[in-house]
Amino acid sequence: MIEVQHLTKRYGPVTAVDDVSFRAERGEILGFLGPNGAGKTTTMRILTGYMPATGGKAVVGGYDVQDQPIEAKRRTGYLPETPPLYPDMTVRDYLDFCARIKGVPRGERAARVKSSMDRTRVSDVAHRHCGKLSKGYRQRVGLAQALLHNPDVLILDEPTAGLDPKQIIETRQLIKQLGGDHTVILSTHILPEVSQTCNRVVIINKGRVVAVDSPDNLTARLRGSETMFLQVDAAGADAKGALAAVPGVTDVRVAEMRGPVAALEVESAAGRDVRRDLAAAVVTRGWGLLELRPMRMSLEEIFLHLTTEDTASAATEAAGGGDR
Amino acid sequence: MNNILAIAHKELKAYFASPIAYVVIGLFALMFGFFYYTLLGIFIEQGMRMMGLQGGPTQNVNDQMIRPLFLNASVLLLFVLPMITMRTYSEEKRSGTIELLLTAPLTDVQIIMGKFLGAMALYAAMLAVTLIHLGVLFAFGTPEWIPIATGYLGLLLMGGCFISVGLLISSFTRNQIVAVMATFAVFLLLWVINWAGPLTGPRTSAVLDYLSITSHLDDFTRGVVDTKHVVYYVSFIAFGLFLTARSVDTERWRG
Repeated sequence: MIEVQHLTKRYGPVTAVDDVSFRAERGEILGFLGPNGAGKTTTMRILTGYMPATGGKAVVGGYDVQDQPIEAKRRTGYLPETPPLYPDMTVRDYLDFCARIKGVPRGERAARVKSSMDRTRVSDVAHRHCGKLSKGYRQRVGLAQALLHNPDVLILDEPTAGLDPKQIIETRQLIKQLGGDHTVILSTHILPEVSQTCNRVVIINKGRVVAVDSPDNLTARLRGSETMFLQVDAAGADAKGALAAVPGVTDVRVAEMRGPVAALEVESAAGRDVRRDLAAAVVTRGWGLLELRPMRMSLEEIFLHLTTEDTASAATEAAGGGDR
Repeated sequence: MNNILAIAHKELKAYFASPIAYVVIGLFALMFGFFYYTLLGIFIEQGMRMMGLQGGPTQNVNDQMIRPLFLNASVLLLFVLPMITMRTYSEEKRSGTIELLLTAPLTDVQIIMGKFLGAMALYAAMLAVTLIHLGVLFAFGTPEWIPIATGYLGLLLMGGCFISVGLLISSFTRNQIVAVMATFAVFLLLWVINWAGPLTGPRTSAVLDYLSITSHLDDFTRGVVDTKHVVYYVSFIAFGLFLTARSVDTERWRG
């Protein structure tokens, strides 16, 4: 559905997007993750035909966005970072105008506007002026606009920005539903959003793709070693010594002493389950084992790991494997 | 064509949804009414004085009143039309709605033509108000209608030139104040460019005369539609719109 190959965009001496390649299949929800200024919006603007790329190629719905822009745009719905609303128009008039310029036939226009408003829950403000809407409604009217012509591809630039928690959940549900028969690309800097809604994640930093994979695989792949978290009611030094002696354990740190209870982080080689031995080591010494759980690298940590400069080279290697 | 009309319709609605249309039409009607009142007053006074004289020159409402009225109206356009064009692109750029237009399945030319037609429609509505003034003259006298019709044609064409320049300037900036001031300055320059004629050689002077936007209006107000003036105006408009298309395209690259 979407195929991006070696996309590059330069503004004078600044390279905003540098050799970005990825693809998204029909029905997939692809998350675009990266710090501010990473090139997410620029990439999306190229995909939607808003601006031309300096180099590379982007194909949307089978049409090259540069060579056949009208055909590509017919198949794309786009919600920019700021919803493109005309403040003096009512929501219904606005959507009707959008449907008109998107080529929705006259006879279907009213029905399409209505179904878009229903899906995004903006019907109750149909007669209000766009300029008088709250941020949440603006965002949803913008989304309604993107859905009007029932496009194959939806490109959403931070669709949940500025919404309250309830609206965020509703919007995520809507996006998940849309993922069934549309291809969705959404950008965000909210990490849980990616793990909750997306099938695959493209992590982008300084214009380069640093990783492409499913959220689960990313978590697994970046975990070079397993870390266990334990709470033991014993003196820190004693516990540390006992646990370090367990076969397979590579490192033990005392994270914190909470009164008589020591909180420890135990690292072991990847793929080796040391939980039984750890438990045995504690119990045979007569200490109480208050907690034992694996520590997973959260998406936040992966993100920081991949986008922090001194680990950039390691991250690029990781990206090589994920790029299909 | 449907796309062009969709944009034009939206533009026109936007003018009437904001105070711009009312301010522009209101101010224009007020100033036009003032010119109308004074020119008519002078005309009547002259008529009164003539009545006493035998065999004096006959009075002609077309030459003595309507023609100066049209020329005065053309001066008003200098001030009024920048207000119509200032928001066309600047506003879309400032509010981000330009992203909607540029990512919709529309060509740049369709967007520009739509905006041009929208502005022209508001301008035509503004001129339509003055039909009332001239209608009154028909009710009480017998002016010739041909110079009036060609005068309106001339004003429409001249306004079209101004609007095409206004669109171009609006496409340069997201600031409407900058757009309106720059447009006004360029209009004024196009207006008076032939004043530099006497300072230059006869050939340059002729070129400047040709470039000046007003020198082409005169024949229209006399009831003459000369092809050379029509060609001047139409090619001026086309060139202005072409430059606007180039400007919009350049902006795309710059992002």
